[in-house]
Amino acid sequence: MLLRHTPKEITERSALTINPAKTCQPIGAMYAALGIHGCLPHSHGSQGCCAYHRSALTRHYKEPVSAATSSFTEGSSVFGGQANLMQAFSNIFAVYNPEIIAVHTTCLSETIGDDLPQIRKKAIAEGKIPEGKYVISASTPSYAGSHVTGFSNMVKAMTELAEPTGKKNGKVNLIPGWVEPADMEELKRLSKLMGVGTIMFPDTSGVLNTPLTGEYKMFPDGGTTIAELKSTADSIGTIALGEWSSADAARELDSKHKVPCKILDMPFGLKATDRFIDALHKMAGVNVPEEIMVERGQLVDLISDMHQYFYHKKVALAGDPDQLIAMTEFLVSIDMCPVHIVTGTPGKKFEKRIKELTAGMPCQVNVRAKGDFFLLHQWMKNEPVDLLISNTYGKYIARDEDVPFLRWGFPILDRQGHQYFPTVGYKGGLRLLEKILTLLLDRKDRDDTEMKFELVL
Amino acid sequence: MTAVKNRKAQLGPAEVKAELLAKYPPKVARKRSKQIMINEALENGTPEITANVRTIPGIITMRGCTYAGCKGVIMGPTRDIVNLVHGPIGCSFYAWLTRRNQTDPGPEGPDGENFMTYAFSTDMQEQDIIFGGEKKLAAAIQEAYDLFHPKSIAVFATCPVGLIGDDIHTVSRQMKEKLGDCNVYAFSCEGYKGVSQSAGHHIANNQVFRHIVGADDRPVEGKYKISLLGEYNIGGDGFEIDRIFKKCGITNIATFSGNSTYKQFATAHQADLNAVMCHRSINYVADMMETKFGIPWIKVNFIGAKATAKSLRKIAAYFEDKELIDRVEAVIAEEMPEVEAAVKEILPRTEGKTAMMFVGGSRAHHYNELFKEMGMKTISAGYEFGHRDDYEGRRVIPTIEVDADSRNIEEIEVEADATRFKPRKTAEAMQALEAAGTVKFKDYEGLAPDMDAGTLIIDDLNQHEAETLVKLLKPDIFCAGIKEKFSIQKLGIPMKQLHSYDSGGPYAGFKGAINFYQEIDRLVNSKVWSYMKAPWQENPQLSGAYVWE
Ligand code: SF4
Ligand code: SF4
Repeated sequence: MLLRHTPKEITERSALTINPAKTCQPIGAMYAALGIHGCLPHSHGSQGCCAYHRSALTRHYKEPVSAATSSFTEGSSVFGGQANLMQAFSNIFAVYNPEIIAVHTTCLSETIGDDLPQIRKKAIAEGKIPEGKYVISASTPSYAGSHVTGFSNMVKAMTELAEPTGKKNGKVNLIPGWVEPADMEELKRLSKLMGVGTIMFPDTSGVLNTPLTGEYKMFPDGGTTIAELKSTADSIGTIALGEWSSADAARELDSKHKVPCKILDMPFGLKATDRFIDALHKMAGVNVPEEIMVERGQLVDLISDMHQYFYHKKVALAGDPDQLIAMTEFLVSIDMCPVHIVTGTPGKKFEKRIKELTAGMPCQVNVRAKGDFFLLHQWMKNEPVDLLISNTYGKYIARDEDVPFLRWGFPILDRQGHQYFPTVGYKGGLRLLEKILTLLLDRKDRDDTEMKFELVL
Repeated sequence: MTAVKNRKAQLGPAEVKAELLAKYPPKVARKRSKQIMINEALENGTPEITANVRTIPGIITMRGCTYAGCKGVIMGPTRDIVNLVHGPIGCSFYAWLTRRNQTDPGPEGPDGENFMTYAFSTDMQEQDIIFGGEKKLAAAIQEAYDLFHPKSIAVFATCPVGLIGDDIHTVSRQMKEKLGDCNVYAFSCEGYKGVSQSAGHHIANNQVFRHIVGADDRPVEGKYKISLLGEYNIGGDGFEIDRIFKKCGITNIATFSGNSTYKQFATAHQADLNAVMCHRSINYVADMMETKFGIPWIKVNFIGAKATAKSLRKIAAYFEDKELIDRVEAVIAEEMPEVEAAVKEILPRTEGKTAMMFVGGSRAHHYNELFKEMGMKTISAGYEFGHRDDYEGRRVIPTIEVDADSRNIEEIEVEADATRFKPRKTAEAMQALEAAGTVKFKDYEGLAPDMDAGTLIIDDLNQHEAETLVKLLKPDIFCAGIKEKFSIQKLGIPMKQLHSYDSGGPYAGFKGAINFYQEIDRLVNSKVWSYMKAPWQENPQLSGAYVWE
């Protein structure tokens, strides 16, 4: 057994986190920043954090992830990192020449108290930032929130660039939240089908799923352009997907530039996608085309065809709040029973939402914000499930407990496809169901006795 | 196809070096210039290179931090120690199962402890940063103890801990006293210390030596007792080396630290020889064990079949025992035919090909051996966090300037143990062995002497230089770490990770050598690199003949 020391008996822990279901803010900020075209993310701290974040993102996307660091030494930790950051600006523009640098802090620079906006001011005054180039910054202390918070903070920082011209652009801002490049592509496809012009930010499609051609582009073709980010102030509205990862940026545009916003769940599964399409339809004043109706109908069709295999199957889930909320709703909508749910990201609202979504289910639901994989595993030992859904770390539990396992979330380190095939939207819903069904039916085929083994399922 | 691939740019090393520096602001260029050395054989060694100096802010480095070197590299592979990271969550999360260290905890039961699949953290929150995290740390140690009853808990500090002044050593000492049967100790391995992972190796060496080595005097049986230092069992390397040791009748008391246990470290002072693989990461412990217990150390290398044979012969020569010498020869004779057959099979496809290696503090040197066996040439190499002695040999140690960053890393004063110091050999015997030529004590000649004249040796290579090098010199394979992998491969050059090996291994020992030949053959001769252009790109003319009405 790989997790042989995990006891079934649950004791409350006040100080010790075991097998976290979250990681730290800067990696989220780095991922978000990669979704700006021509952007070099910069980690203001010692170089280890940056190395870890780049490695983790690289392992997940199997793509180059460039980011620079202030490479603090003991001296900078005592006297502050201003000199390092100033030097970094000069070097970065000289050597890599990005359009924009997106700086985030780390535990170290936050603990020291480095003031990024002030350092940027000084850099501008001293001519360290060339004409026509940009620097944005986000404060991302890892001793608060999680990687999701860091993502949200950097997306909010992007709104600094918004610049109203006084003329509306007729577009809808679309903040996708921390989803895969493939999901962002799918959201754009759906908007296009609807005939809605959108500005999506951030947009990592074309950045973290690039082709192999023999050419390396440090700044790939994808990403939201600075012109687009500026134009977000002129949009007719903002649709923000995911309260945790996208709402702050949307509210900022609303309060600063009077761009009204609608905050929705991430469009995973039938109902959340319905709400997304409906919001686009209302905000942009467009009709929903037949193609999308067909996609929706196909998803409903698959649910009805295979309902018997989903019905009352128990599921354990670990992941990020926005994803888990949408997934829980989806599972409930097809009569599966999400019984154990943990996220590492703090937030009381999470537990409340999950309880509302699962109210009326014929099973008891364990939910914990600020939980960890260790607790999830203990819950599973007490109340076994038919399916585990989580990032790759769940595979140790799945193997020990012999439970079918769907990899979904961040990071996925051991399987491919997440960067190419979306799970948002109706088509994404089909993909999720296909995966879940395959897992459940493969298990059935494995476990059925020879007498019960069947050709047609 | 092969012709195209083998067409090397005709640039000389000085021109290449100039190109690497061309884009830099003058200050950066001056600094980097000293870390890029054109190798040549001088009368008294090789040219001097600057190493183990600060990374330049903003220059995209391959390096990681002190914590990574301490917790990740050295302490990570020991299975029965609970490694508790004191800090915000990230540092602990990223070091969780990402290094491919294999371990063999055996069957379930009292000896089957394995905490390597777990990540333990105090997950510090804002109030801990403001008011201090010592109480939380003590509580976390208690909770870990109550849940798992481990024999040992190691505490690791991450960046903010040092700044807010948590005294992790006192907390650990108090908890050790309180718990009674659990050895608790701490590592001040905050990421900002030193200039790279290397500082973390040193800090880990110090504490392992101080708190564990020699803690268990229960005798370990065995005729030829050694410890293997600086081997981390990535991809099962250590398993293969242990297989060979066993065959030779050599008892490996402890590997520092691949597939290791607390008890192995605690009894390591009973070895009669320390064999050092990765000089950079572990030479401190080797030196300290020599001073305290009288165990001599020699440099070995089990990467490469010939290097493996050579290292085994060194060990046998050290013991000066006919039985062992014969046994080792017999094992080599038994293992080599398979290796030779494998070389013969791949040689026609690998001979004359070129490699670049930028990794670690020893591997860029060790893997040279394997490439040589395949008839491949290393045209440029360097370390991510090596010191001058790893390049130029230990003879330069007295001349290395100790800068502010290195001075901050503790040097332990070690004295001979009052009761347990026992020279394994007399000074005369050691001299005689050295004179005979097979064994050299406390010696490492470094990477540079093994590199050809005119090759570029580059310390702390960065993203820009890597890309430029690959474009100018077009190697057939490039070796570095995960962060570098895909930017190199986008250029159409295969890239092999030599920290974690991507997915393969073992590459050590005889069987490992065969694995490596096959892996490199697979990479440098892969068809995939010919798929980058679509047919219409290779032949873009349009012809009306194919247009149908
Ligand atoms: S938790 Fe803090 S110190 Fe650790 S990797 Fe994240 S930002 Fe860096
Ligand atoms: S062999 Fe290389 S990667 Fe491994 S510890 Fe030594 S220096 Fe690091």
